[in-house]
Amino acid sequence: MTEKNTGSPFIQRWREFIPSSPYNRAMGFVGTGVEGDWCILSVPYREELVGDPSTGVLHGGVITALLDAACGLAVFLRLPEMKPMATLDLRLDYLKPATPGRDVLGRAQCYKLTHDLAFVRGCAYHDTPDEPIAMAVGVYMFIGKGAANPAQEGGKR
Amino acid sequence: MNWIERVEQARAHNHWQPLVEAVPFARFLGLSIDVKGEEFTCILPYREMLIGNPILPALHGGATGGFLECAALFYLLWRMESTDLPRTIDFNIDYLRSGRPRDTFANVHMVKQGTRVANLRIEAWQTTPQEPIALAHGNFLLRNAVS
Repeated sequence: MTEKNTGSPFIQRWREFIPSSPYNRAMGFVGTGVEGDWCILSVPYREELVGDPSTGVLHGGVITALLDAACGLAVFLRLPEMKPMATLDLRLDYLKPATPGRDVLGRAQCYKLTHDLAFVRGCAYHDTPDEPIAMAVGVYMFIGKGAANPAQEGGKR
Repeated sequence: MNWIERVEQARAHNHWQPLVEAVPFARFLGLSIDVKGEEFTCILPYREMLIGNPILPALHGGATGGFLECAALFYLLWRMESTDLPRTIDFNIDYLRSGRPRDTFANVHMVKQGTRVANLRIEAWQTTPQEPIALAHGNFLLRNAVS
């Protein structure tokens, strides 16, 4: 849907970065677009990802992974260059089940960046973020070279 | 066999793998469940597809999170009497250590069992339960309890 910035080299690089993560690839995440500092991913509906076999609703773990990936990429959008980071925490509120058979979009924004930390928020939806399936907030920590506190163990991604 | 029959079978034989196989996402993750008396452990065998950052390498935060949520839901099916799959209301994950490329285990603790909502705490670990890689807590709606 939102393909405003798809022409830029950065967006191209960003799009190519997604499948470099094996789990993103396994889940089938697709870079859908960027709107300002919001980054949008989608997960095509697949039988394998269903959590409730009676209804065909996708598992919450799929939404968690989608928003974790979208939030992480939203942090990269605000950095001059990518640097390693780890998810420190992530909270999800599930507002309604995803509709069986439909792709889910996940959009996320990094709304505060410090030397060590990135604060993110996001939501999962079908048609519009105004009708969310789930809302997420999280904090990421930069790790390794350049991070202020390399002694701290971390590294989810 | 429908879902209710599968849950009843799993309880009758205390054999949970067929129920895991009935949930596509749990099968996708390759989960297994180990029940010994009152001890419930959910296992996520290591596979390359679970990696988030291939350079470190470390498990994807979403993989660990999804695993913990699966563990919580299966725990409730094991502990509760209802055959309905509970619904996750909210889920909160603290990532404490890097998830290494090895098997991950989850133990679940019922913090509070209400009539409509269960509050759970789930710990994920790899080497020893004393060194968790992630801690989650969440509220789950027990669906049959809603009139």
